Order: sequence, then structure tokens, then C-alpha cells
Amino acid sequence: MTKTMYEKIWDANLVHEPESGSPLLFVDRHLMHEVTSPQAFEGLRLQNRKVRNVHSILATIDHCVPTKDRYNIVDPIAKKQVETMTANCAENEINLYGMDSNQNGVIHIVVPEHGFIHPGMVVCCGDSHTATHGAFGALAFGIGTSEVEHIMATQTLQQKKAKTMLVKVEGQLSKYATAKDIALAIIAETGTAGGTGYVMEFAGNTITDLSMEARMTLCNMAIEAGARAGLVAPDQITFDYLEGREFAPKGDDWATAVEYWKTMVSDEGAEFDSVITLKAEDIAPQVSWGTSPEQVVAVDAVVPAPSDFDDVVKSQACVNALKYMDVKAGQKITDINIDIVFVGSCTNGRIEDFRAAAELIKGKTVAQGVQAIAVPGSFPVKEQAEAEGLDKIFIAAGWEWRDPGCSMCLAMNGDELKDGQRSASTSNRNFEGRQGKGGRTHLVSPAMAAAASIEGHFVDIRDWK
Amino acid sequence: MEAYKKHTSIAALMDRSNVDTDQIIPKNFMKKVERTGFGIHLFHNWRFLADNVTPNPDFELNKPAFKGAKILVAGENFGCGSSREHAPWAIADYGFNTIISTSFADIFFSNCFKNSILPIKVSKDELAALMAEIAANEGVEFTVDLEAQKVTTPGGIEINFEVDAFRKESLLDGLDDIAWTLKHEDKITAFEEKQKQALPWLWK
Repeated sequence: MTKTMYEKIWDANLVHEPESGSPLLFVDRHLMHEVTSPQAFEGLRLQNRKVRNVHSILATIDHCVPTKDRYNIVDPIAKKQVETMTANCAENEINLYGMDSNQNGVIHIVVPEHGFIHPGMVVCCGDSHTATHGAFGALAFGIGTSEVEHIMATQTLQQKKAKTMLVKVEGQLSKYATAKDIALAIIAETGTAGGTGYVMEFAGNTITDLSMEARMTLCNMAIEAGARAGLVAPDQITFDYLEGREFAPKGDDWATAVEYWKTMVSDEGAEFDSVITLKAEDIAPQVSWGTSPEQVVAVDAVVPAPSDFDDVVKSQACVNALKYMDVKAGQKITDINIDIVFVGSCTNGRIEDFRAAAELIKGKTVAQGVQAIAVPGSFPVKEQAEAEGLDKIFIAAGWEWRDPGCSMCLAMNGDELKDGQRSASTSNRNFEGRQGKGGRTHLVSPAMAAAASIEGHFVDIRDWK
Repeated sequence: MEAYKKHTSIAALMDRSNVDTDQIIPKNFMKKVERTGFGIHLFHNWRFLADNVTPNPDFELNKPAFKGAKILVAGENFGCGSSREHAPWAIADYGFNTIISTSFADIFFSNCFKNSILPIKVSKDELAALMAEIAANEGVEFTVDLEAQKVTTPGGIEINFEVDAFRKESLLDGLDDIAWTLKHEDKITAFEEKQKQALPWLWK
């Protein structure tokens, strides 16, 4: 019988399927940050339970960290959260890339850098963007804090099997269309609930041509389509990325591991519950105009009108979004002015993202009245960028070159939009108030954000000089 | 965990779709290290005016008729976005123990059951009927019977809903998930031993 990659990973990690009750799935890797774990540690303590497999955990501090003057956490509650994380990890001997570590950064950036995620694994984190690690062919998904506690105590999760969706993208992407644009175009197609109950597998030659970093960007956004997880089949690009990294198999184990990983892909002819197909040629640089990632159009399009939607709910959502975002139906996307530009986050905070942005702003100057900030996803990304001289390009163009953290993606650390301000942001969510109460977020790729910083409004980078 | 019992309670109407967890509990209130005390921040950005203190008179849950509601009736794709369990903590702490919608985001749905909240999926027509009954009679009380998997209203609506048998049992008994799983600890240990042989590099 043929199986999908998801089914293979499920079967390989199924601990027990009792006649009554829930199947138990083994969790190979558990990632942690300071916001969603303290209550789980407290729960363990109250029940006098221990962390079962300390080696399966990697932790960081990222959400609350200031990107300027990083030790100066003004909010005492945030400070306590950081201190609690540090203490919890010390007490339980958990590997933490903490405030003082030169490996610190956003969890979903840091973890792959160390080769901690391999094909075929089950990976969990109290964070919905755990989907990122599906880029390695691992089943990776976000969980709540009760489940964080459950994994620490049992190394398993009570799980129900998901349905499978194949998302096939074929063809040659146009210049300046990126993994971010593929992700947004898919969400425009499925809607933010289209993937609910599904695990998505991304396939097709457009996907297999993507670098590991681009695959991470794509899988990261699977959750914005409502999917539990996104997956890309492991291949030579995956193996080349992993080889030699700290937690990658070493010596004789390497060859054995690669042989195993090669089996953890969907069989030829495996059946999916749902299939959607996109042509790469049709994917232009995308810009979100509303308050949900599905409210997105190509940069050369206009803001839609409520009457463009047959569905009553979507039409009403359009009315609400136009009002909140202060954009007009029929308005050209390229006529939308912006105040703040943010390049960073677990979606687009990797070295390739900063290279792409730097290429477009080199020798240019940020538009008057625009504040542009570059926040590398980790210290290794920051160091690499500086070694390549990218920091100088950003600074010369009038950008701020910051320290790593989640920063303005969810604006917990003080980096935020003020009421009414509008951003071009490489992050993943444009919900009301996500980047600050009253703030208006437009999701774009790093290149699109970079060009917008120079012009002060969105531009079609395909014909921008 | 608190056991879920049959109850008759005020049903509040929230006629909005795609209510995301950033709205349910905005990020600036997620910095606490406790599970308690999130209810006062539920829907903060909608619930309060710009001064962050004065209740917004236009926000539906501020209507006096919905005071003390335990049932929330809302539009599709409720709880999408961030995995934060602070969202169900805030909902439970505010006083809701039941949410009725046509669909819920996966992570939120599963988080509800860990916090004695029953998320009930109904059809579009059923949701429209429930919403209409509340709109016509704000403050109306619905009865939710998990044992019988039934929602009934004074207007005569009777909805039989589906719920996973194991989750139902856990809610009704207020079971501790971890304790249940640890009953199978021998299976977990056996799995680990097998994996150490097959994929030894994961254990080095």
C-alpha cells in the first residue's frame, strides 16, 4: 500500500493506539521559548513530575528581547518571564541559547542552524510557527502550554490523525517572486481556514528548486492557511544543509541516517485527501491589504471591494478590513504609503532574506518619514550578514541594524507600530493590532519591503530601477 | 481539571468570523508566568476604548444582557492564528465554558479541551438559527448537555453535536491527560528502546 510522507512519519512515531482513548505520538524534538513554557514547568513542579528526555529539548529566549540595548527589558513582567525561562532551563538542565549566548535568536531560526531537526522526526513547540521545520521533512506543529507540559512529562502527545493535502507548484518563478509570495498565493487560494484539519505537503519542481531557507519560509506560513503542518520531501538539498551541523548524525551514522531519510517521502501514487495546483508563472510579488493573510493580492492589482466576494462572510470581512486598514476598494497597491518597514521574524529573518533586501537598497536612501529596521533572526545570521558587509549597506541606506529577536512580528518587546501607523512587514500575520494596537500591517517579501522603504510606498519590484 | 457539567446559561453573540487568538488575548498581556488572571484582558483591544480602561459600548460582550454568559456563539474559524493557550485561559477565566461555531482552528480547538472549555461545531444553518435567537432575545439562556451531546434553546432549537469520545470522557470526568498517558508508560519506554537501536544518533 502506498503512503504519504505524513503517514510514514505518523506510523514511525506511533507509540500506542489504545482501543479507547487517544493515539499517542512520540515527540523527537521539543522546542521552547519564554512565553509559552513557564506555566508548563510550574505544572510539572506542582505534580512532582520530571522532564523525561532532556536531550530532546532546545530552548531560546526571543519574544521579549529588546533589539536595541537588549539587556534593558523595561517591562518588569517581561523581565520576570525571561528570568523564569533561564531558571527553569538551569533547574532542568535544558540546553538554552539564552540572553548571554552568541547563538541566541528566534527559535525557528536557531534550531535549524544547529541541525537539530531531521527528516522523519516529530517536532513540537508552544508556537504555531513550528510549522517552519516541515522544510526538513519533519512533522512539526505548534501546541498549547498544556501540551508542552504533557511532552515534558511523557515525551508523547495525544494526537488525532490529520487529513493530507498535496499543494503542487510547478514552473519557473519570475524574478523577485519568492517563497513568501508562493506562501501568500497559496493562502489566497485556500483561505486561512482552508488547511484546517490537514497537513500540507508542498511538492512540484518549483518547490524542489527552493533552497532550505526558502522552504522554511514556505512551511512557516502553512499555519496561516490553517494547516497543522507543512512538509517538503527531504532531498539532496536537505542533506547538504544538515551535513556537519552540530546535532546532525556523525561518522557512520550519517550514511545510515541519509538512507533512512530517503525512505521518508511520499510514495509514487500515494493518495491525498485533497490536491491543489498552482503555476509558478502566475505568482507575482504579493502584498496583503487586509487583516487576515488570505486578504492578499499581487502588487500590480488593486484593493478589492466587498462586492468582489460571493461569500457573505468574506464580503463582510472585506468591509471590516477596509475600515481598519484605511484603504479603499479600487486603490492601487502601489499607491499605499507606509511608515515603517520591518525585515526579520521566523518567516524572513535568515541570511538569504537580508541579502535579497540589501541588493535592492544598495546605494539608495530610505524615503523621508519612513523608519526601516532590519532584525536578523539570530546572532549567527547577524554575524554572517556583517561578514558580507550587508550591515553597512543597510546603515548607509538609513536603516537601523538591530540585534536578533521576534521584534515587530508580534511586538512584545517594545518594537511596535503606533496607532494608525502602517508597515511593510516580512512577518507572517496582519491581524488587527498584531504589531501594535491600531497598527496596520502589510505582509510582503524582504525584497518588496526593501523597495518600499526607498519609495515610501509599495512598488512592483519586477520593473523597479 | 474541572469537570464539565450540564448547564443552562446566557449565550453571548459574537457575529464575527476569523476571530484570532491575537484578538482574544493581545500579546502585551501574555507576559505573565501564571495561568490565571487573563480574563480581565479578554478581547482587550475591542473591549476597551483608547484609554484602555473605559468599556467600549459598541463591543458586543459589553452589553449588559450578556453579563455572566457562559456560552459564546461566534462566526467561523474561531481561534485562528497563534497557538497561545493564554487564549482559552482568558476565555475560561472570563467565565465562558462553551463556544459554539461552525469551525475552529486546530490548535485552539485542542487547547480548549485542556481547559474545561467545550468547543461545539454546528452547521451554518444551525449557527444562523442560534444567532438569530440571541439577536431577537438578548440574554436568552441555552442549555448544553455534553453527556447527551445536545444544545437546546427556549426557542425550540435542538442541536445534536459530535464530540470525540475520549475528549468527551475527559471533560465530563475532569481527567488529567498526563496521568492517562502515563498509564501507558511501558509502551513509551519500549518505543524509546526500539528507537535507540534503529536511530541511535537521536540519542547521542
